[in-house]
Amino acid sequence: MNLFMTVVRRELLIAYRNAADLLNPLLFFVIVISLFPLGISPSESVLRQVGPGIIWVAALLSTLLSMDLLFRSDYDDGSLEQMTFSHEPFLLLVLGKITSHWLVTGLPLTLLSPLLALMLFMNETGAKALFLSLLIGTPVLSLLGAIGASLTVGLRKGGLLIAVLILPLFVPVLILATAMVQTGMQAGNYTGHMLWLGAILALSTGFAPLATAFGVKISLSN
Amino acid sequence: MLNVSQLSCERDHRLLFENLEFSVAPGEVLWIEGSNGAGKTTLLRILSGLYTDYTGQVNWDLPQLPIYLGHKPGVKDLLSARENLNWLASMQQAPVAATAIDAALAKVGLRGFEDVLCGAMSEGQRKRVNLARLYLLDSVAWVLDEPFSAIDVAGIKSLEQRMGEHLDAGGLIILISHQRLALPHAIRSLRLGA
Repeated sequence: MNLFMTVVRRELLIAYRNAADLLNPLLFFVIVISLFPLGISPSESVLRQVGPGIIWVAALLSTLLSMDLLFRSDYDDGSLEQMTFSHEPFLLLVLGKITSHWLVTGLPLTLLSPLLALMLFMNETGAKALFLSLLIGTPVLSLLGAIGASLTVGLRKGGLLIAVLILPLFVPVLILATAMVQTGMQAGNYTGHMLWLGAILALSTGFAPLATAFGVKISLSN
Repeated sequence: MLNVSQLSCERDHRLLFENLEFSVAPGEVLWIEGSNGAGKTTLLRILSGLYTDYTGQVNWDLPQLPIYLGHKPGVKDLLSARENLNWLASMQQAPVAATAIDAALAKVGLRGFEDVLCGAMSEGQRKRVNLARLYLLDSVAWVLDEPFSAIDVAGIKSLEQRMGEHLDAGGLIILISHQRLALPHAIRSLRLGA
């Protein structure tokens, strides 16, 4: 467990020193969302209807944009192969890397969401549901995205391949999360959606790091 | 102690080596030589467990993990020398004291560079940060891929001296190098692609 904290600390330090790379996905998220009122219609009734979908699709794409950062630089400079020589399971290192990825991408996005909800005329209960859905949903995106990142890190041009591999896996999260926000906006009870999202999170926390660790080993063995 | 038997590897439809048999005992050096593209690095990666597409047996009998030094520097540009070494050390075994890290950096000639980001260093200095592990960690086996490249004459000399100490203490070294080692110890040589 000690090593897990060491990894997270190291990753956060690197992220802090590489702030530009981190701000890009977040800026992308905000800009894409602010383009929709300009492109579709600024009217309240339209935006209220499409708002949850827009925010969630933007979250998926911005996660995808940041996914390549997870292993790329570690692969290029040889840190990744050094990580396989660790006295604690490689799985723990992978989990640490994914956790810190979420801390610097998914979490800021979640914290920013109430502001964007306001921009898209969501009501208070809707904004709360959106916040909760992102809080539970974005870790799933980081976990599943890591599988794609691990498999494509050895390839020169893995960027597009990641999208093809991973976006289909994001679909259940997207469906549940947007349904949860819609229910929230009508002041309905969305506990069921939240529990389902939580179940997906639990499942992917268990399996995704395992698959990712295997993926990295495959990518390194080239 | 390392035992290798019947080791064969084919890559991109080209046979790199076939039925290799060798063993390396404590206090011994295995010097892998061969022309460019003969499969030296692939063999080293097989021995260290990074490359798995081979047939045959590789058996290590070790109390700890080997120290592996690959082609790539293995240090992060955005971390300082001290942070990098601290990370590399704590990953490989229990966390080490800050004074030990500074002492190891001083031994590879990086005194005064502890807080410099590795991205601002020269190729040789980056390599030295990684090589500082050899002074810091107690691992029986060293697996080194061209440890002398990008290192200056004085650095090579002190590295050879450190290798000698390691062998005297019962360690074993497997290395790829294009230059002959100036060591009085038993050097077993393995020529690939001959």
